[in-house]
Amino acid sequence: MTFPILSVIIFSPLVAALIILLMPADRKTEIRVAALVTATFALILSLWVYLSYDQAAAGYQFIEKYSWMPQFGISLHLGVDGISTPLVLLTGVVMFTGVIISWGIEDRPREFFAFLFLLASGVFGVFVALDLFMLFFFYEIAVFPMYLLIAIWGWVKTREYAAMKLTLYLFIGSVIALVGALAMYFESGMGTFNMLTLETANFSPEFQKIWFLPVFMGFAVLGGIWPFHNWSPDGHVAAPTAVSMFHAGVLMKLGAFAALRVGIMLLPVGAKEWSWLIFAFATVNVVYGAFIAMTQTDLKYMIGFSSVSHMGLVVLGFSTLTADGMTGAGVQMFSHGVMTALFFAATGMIYDRAHTRHIPELGGMMKPLPWVGTAFIVGGLVSMGMPGFSGFVAEFPIFMGVWQVTPWVAILAVISIVITAAYIMLAIRRTFFGEMPAAFEGHITPIKAIDKIALVLLAGLMIGLGMFPSIMVPMVATGVENVLRILGGA
Amino acid sequence: MFSSSMIMAILPEILLLVLGLLVLVFDIIWKKRDGRDLGWLTAGGLLFILILSAFLVRPATSTEVFGGMLRYDMMGFVFKMLFIFGAMITSLFMMDSEKLGNRGESYILLLTATIGMSLMASAADLVMLYLAIETTSIPMYVLAGFMRDDKKSTEAGLKYLLFGAMASTIMLYGFSLIFGFTGSTDLVAITGFSMPLAIGIIILIMVGIAFKISLAPFHFWAPDVYEGAPTPITGFLSTASKAAGFAVLMRLFLGLFPAGGDYAPMWTMVMAVLATVTMTLGNVVALSQTNIKRMLAYSSVAHAGYALVGVVSLSELGVGSVTFYLIAYVMTNLAAFGIIAAFSKIVGSDEISAYAGMSRRNYGLGLVALVAFLSLTGMPPFGGFVAKVFVFAAAVEAGMIWLAIVGILNSIVGLYYYLTFLKVVYLHRMEGENEEAHPIPLTRPYAIALTVLSFAILLIGVIFGPWFNIASSAAQGLF
Repeated sequence: MTFPILSVIIFSPLVAALIILLMPADRKTEIRVAALVTATFALILSLWVYLSYDQAAAGYQFIEKYSWMPQFGISLHLGVDGISTPLVLLTGVVMFTGVIISWGIEDRPREFFAFLFLLASGVFGVFVALDLFMLFFFYEIAVFPMYLLIAIWGWVKTREYAAMKLTLYLFIGSVIALVGALAMYFESGMGTFNMLTLETANFSPEFQKIWFLPVFMGFAVLGGIWPFHNWSPDGHVAAPTAVSMFHAGVLMKLGAFAALRVGIMLLPVGAKEWSWLIFAFATVNVVYGAFIAMTQTDLKYMIGFSSVSHMGLVVLGFSTLTADGMTGAGVQMFSHGVMTALFFAATGMIYDRAHTRHIPELGGMMKPLPWVGTAFIVGGLVSMGMPGFSGFVAEFPIFMGVWQVTPWVAILAVISIVITAAYIMLAIRRTFFGEMPAAFEGHITPIKAIDKIALVLLAGLMIGLGMFPSIMVPMVATGVENVLRILGGA
Repeated sequence: MFSSSMIMAILPEILLLVLGLLVLVFDIIWKKRDGRDLGWLTAGGLLFILILSAFLVRPATSTEVFGGMLRYDMMGFVFKMLFIFGAMITSLFMMDSEKLGNRGESYILLLTATIGMSLMASAADLVMLYLAIETTSIPMYVLAGFMRDDKKSTEAGLKYLLFGAMASTIMLYGFSLIFGFTGSTDLVAITGFSMPLAIGIIILIMVGIAFKISLAPFHFWAPDVYEGAPTPITGFLSTASKAAGFAVLMRLFLGLFPAGGDYAPMWTMVMAVLATVTMTLGNVVALSQTNIKRMLAYSSVAHAGYALVGVVSLSELGVGSVTFYLIAYVMTNLAAFGIIAAFSKIVGSDEISAYAGMSRRNYGLGLVALVAFLSLTGMPPFGGFVAKVFVFAAAVEAGMIWLAIVGILNSIVGLYYYLTFLKVVYLHRMEGENEEAHPIPLTRPYAIALTVLSFAILLIGVIFGPWFNIASSAAQGLF
């Protein structure tokens, strides 16, 4: 009996959440320490999974299977492949840094960390689930704590509106996909929710053509796909820093990942039939998101729309159905996750001190906050797809894949990089350089040492991946090979 | 003639009756009792009956006893356990409820209603069925109007009585048609209806049952009665009583017009339409409620609609999922009404706005509210999620994808108002923002009941396999 590492990863945040809920409310320091210990534990385990994943063997590894409801063929079936392993690591990283960033939360930290861990547990679950029912189970667990986290600890002005909007969008998307999943279950006649078995179901082309769009789009709502991206920037802005990090960093990947796993991998014929439409939507995402981001004056809104644009690249990569495009998309999920987590962390640190995120009101932050400024610039370079940073490693293959399908779209999409460079540069200059407004004099206190750990970890990952793409790209490629095999075999 | 299975078939009812008599006697002779003694006696007795029955009464096969009056099968067994559990929790809630808690009558009425429900779930003969329904209804009318000096409670009792009596009459007329044309009252033996007769019977019986389970357009009594009745009774009314209605619905329609028969498509179509109307109306009207009891009343109208989706699919999976749905729903709604009972006892208001800052006033109660309302919404890892998925799965299996989609759109509407309530509980503040100065102490019966329910909701939601096995074994007897 090997150590059941994946179920430990899923359930340890859940157990920690329960323990934290039982701690007395006034023991705030103990609660924070307990949270940090849990997050560190999760980070170490996810790093372990990442490092010990055998790339030569490829396929699904660390498989665990416990029968859960045999009469319906539901089992707690877990395993990771080349695409999900980096995402598990990403979740571990964001969870760890998120707890660090939230150290200063004074209003009911106990509930905050408990809900955050519930969310993390659901996210881990979706990434490693190989059972369709369990995937939905964890998917919903990942969605609803967002409502509470945003509504209770969010930005006072928009939190109630944004939290409800986000929850409604995501819930609608997921339940529509759920009907599709149930249809698959009964259509296959196999009596199992096991996705590895359902892959071999050979659904009729008519069935796949009908159900691919509801299933794919239902999940892609969470990936921020145009025209259903609207909830996302509002949600980012209203959420407290750690939740923004989770939301943009991990949760949006959940949507893209599930759309790939359930939509493309279970309904490959449907995917081929509709890939042009997804391709078109994603292109709009990329270009439109970048343009809107340029017009924003609120730092968080700017990052929010840039997320929409970058997630568009992920979906664009998937919709090419080519090896290059999908590999790039897989790496982009990780790279973008770390990047936005860093952006939101930096923005949160600025907002905590300046009490504004309005770009024209900021200035000269580099001097009092050199760590934050440097980290933000690293994030900016990643965002622009600068060589030597992880963004390049991810985006370049995506554009190669797009070129193979429709060259002029690649040209169109590359415009987004120019626009991104423009608004990122502009934001960096206005926020970090120039004169600091007199009103901030004396308010901008240096960041804590613990915050530096988070910033260095995030920035280091992006530079490391940029310098040594081989630590992730081949792994993702093994996962993509499997997807292509399914697409080819259909 | 006489066999041990006859005793076993009605052992829970016998024990309930004995318990009722015990309470009656103690009520008379035990003058110096503490306020809660009778409640503890009832709750403890029900727990004992629950455990004893769970081990002894579980039937191996399905048999008819008492000359075809009752069926002794899994379906009856599962529902009986559910009713006894519901009554046990309700008696815990009643204990600290003013004017209910220290009155022997209230517990006796509760126990009598439970006996009636148990018989409803196992009746196999029209006469028996009617008697059982009345045995349930009459105590419930009294309990709804139990607080005599409260205008709303009196109104609730009267309204429930008038509507209920009328619905019973209509249903009885349907029964009499059946007997008149076929000469039999045995549910299993009755066959051979002509088309017009079948239509008439379906309509007449449907009216009676629709009233019981508050299906639109026969739901009008529900909000007023739920609002006026003492809150613990409302909880019982909206859960056990409704589950009993569903038991009758499934037994009656699957017995009279079995799946695969000529009339099955007809009545399932009628019910599919009713389910659509009920879900939609319940959810949409619930959106605009400002009183939590009325909101939950409309929400439980909507839940009857969801459960009906499972019946419509007319399969073992469907009936099994309805049973599972009802188990989860009973736990969840009892918890929701328990919260309201505990809260309004201290605060004295059922307005949703009064719940502002509740999670700060009592942390545990806030968590239970989270569990209960998220389970009502249908979020994992709570019971409501799995229940909803199975019900919709049954609809998809039966090829009624449109009905599943209607259900899903409705659960989105539901999400909105349940979350709005949670928002008030967790986010809004009391005036003056000094929640710590206004704690909501929970008395022991409430604490026990709400803890048990929260864990039950979690247990059903996470380890759903065994529970579904029980639910689907109940369904097997009907096909």
